[in-house]
Amino acid sequence: MWYHKPDINEELLQSLPNLKVVASSGVGIDHVDLNLLSSYGVKLSNTPFVVSTDTADLGMALMLASSRRLVEGSHQMAVSHDTEYFPADWLGTDLSGATLGIVGMGTIGYKVAQRAKPFEMKILYHNRNQRNKEEESAVGAIYCKKIDDLLHQSDFVLLSVSLTPQTHKLIGKRELELMKPTATLINISRGLVVDQDALVEALQNKVIKAAALDVTYPEPLPRDHPLLKLKNVIITPHIGSATKKTRRLMMENMIESIQAGLTGLPIPNEVL
Amino acid sequence: LSEKVQAIYLWWHKPVIDRELLQSLPNLKVIANSGVGMDHLDLKLIAGFGVKMANVPHAVSTSTVDTGMGLLLASARRLVESHRIALSPGVEYNEVDILGVEVTGATLGIIGMGRIGYKIALRAKAFEMNILYHNRTRRKEQEEHAVGATYCEKIDYLLQQADFVMVVVSLTPQTRNLIGKREMELMKPTATLINISRGAVIDQEALVTALQTGRIRAAALDVTYPEPLPRDHPLLKLKNVIITPHLGIKTDKTAYMITEEAVENILAALNGLPMPSEVLP
Repeated sequence: MWYHKPDINEELLQSLPNLKVVASSGVGIDHVDLNLLSSYGVKLSNTPFVVSTDTADLGMALMLASSRRLVEGSHQMAVSHDTEYFPADWLGTDLSGATLGIVGMGTIGYKVAQRAKPFEMKILYHNRNQRNKEEESAVGAIYCKKIDDLLHQSDFVLLSVSLTPQTHKLIGKRELELMKPTATLINISRGLVVDQDALVEALQNKVIKAAALDVTYPEPLPRDHPLLKLKNVIITPHIGSATKKTRRLMMENMIESIQAGLTGLPIPNEVL
Repeated sequence: LSEKVQAIYLWWHKPVIDRELLQSLPNLKVIANSGVGMDHLDLKLIAGFGVKMANVPHAVSTSTVDTGMGLLLASARRLVESHRIALSPGVEYNEVDILGVEVTGATLGIIGMGRIGYKIALRAKAFEMNILYHNRTRRKEQEEHAVGATYCEKIDYLLQQADFVMVVVSLTPQTRNLIGKREMELMKPTATLINISRGAVIDQEALVTALQTGRIRAAALDVTYPEPLPRDHPLLKLKNVIITPHLGIKTDKTAYMITEEAVENILAALNGLPMPSEVLP
């Protein structure tokens, strides 16, 4: 299964009586009905670990690009047809020394924290469970039991949760209003974790400063969607794991899982 | 009025400091530059008029470092190209157009391991990058150890091994065209060149050829020669180039810190005290 295709539904499962295993690319499995699959006796695998480093790297790339206005600076200024000089009062904001709030401190979130540390960022995190002391002190991360505390203080709010019924629209109007007006929202998890309409409004009314999204709902957005027109938004086409090496590793993992599934052996990366 | 001027705070290379200006300001004591690079100033000429000079090395370094890392990541992951694709009217695209190269675990070659180069190494270490560096002088063992950096006495070795080559030198007669045809031919075809120093450190024509022929994978430049480039310059048309408008130090906090550091130097000079960052000819 690549990028959520084909769509696994009753009709498909009924038409494939000998189907034993579905290998899904990437770590997210929010697009698969686990109960449905297991009712047909079909096993499911994903590729959780191999994508985490590239996704964390992309999270950092989006934070740097957004804060320093790299995309705007390159498109609208450096390469634009009309540019005669670079204006002296065109400024971005420093990433170094800012406060980063990580929502979802799993494998990916933790790797972002590791990368943010030498930028002398103050790191706050919100997670279902608190990490242990060694893990926290290794990256200098401070636990925020209430997401509100994280939202109040952060200059950058990075979302790295998996999409579940609990995280659906985790960031809505209320959360956006708790954020600083100078804050940037970075989403490398799933589009549905954010209430997109509320986000558009918040960006238009300067409730928050900017957003950088690798994921939206749907993907891709309809071409007339307001998010595509806002100057303070960077959108990338879900490239979190898009490097040659990682894509190859993902495929290798998927084949391993499929082969195990077909020979009745324990399946690596099985999702239960 | 010109009798009263004792200090000049130079903002983005203006005003131009030439003989005419210096002769018209008999009481000028100090010129403070709003950046670290001094290649736009004739240091000997200015010293000849008994005027002291200062730059602002501390204020600029962190922002410039972040720019270098931002360009490295943006180029590796094809951020600018992908953003264009995400916004384009046609929604179909080829996966091959968005696949980038890995940053974590790759080899970074830093040319120029001064204050800025070293801070880059500190950040790159968190991305588990293998760090090589080339510098006029070797750093202390503890400093190398702290970032896991390996000294390359010969620049050739660095160029042959690096997946990312980051140029962080000051512009001097020795570093003009430091990276030319020969150096680019030593680089890996999968390598990325990042320049946050001065446009003239790279032979721009050789770079255009190298990028067009796939001699190197990509380039990301915060600086060019001139700035801005003429609108019909080939670098502006290449897909595998990111160019940013010399934004290395352009943040609100840094602009403030630059002015603070410059004023410190000006006040010291006017009071006959030692200047924190005096630049000698």
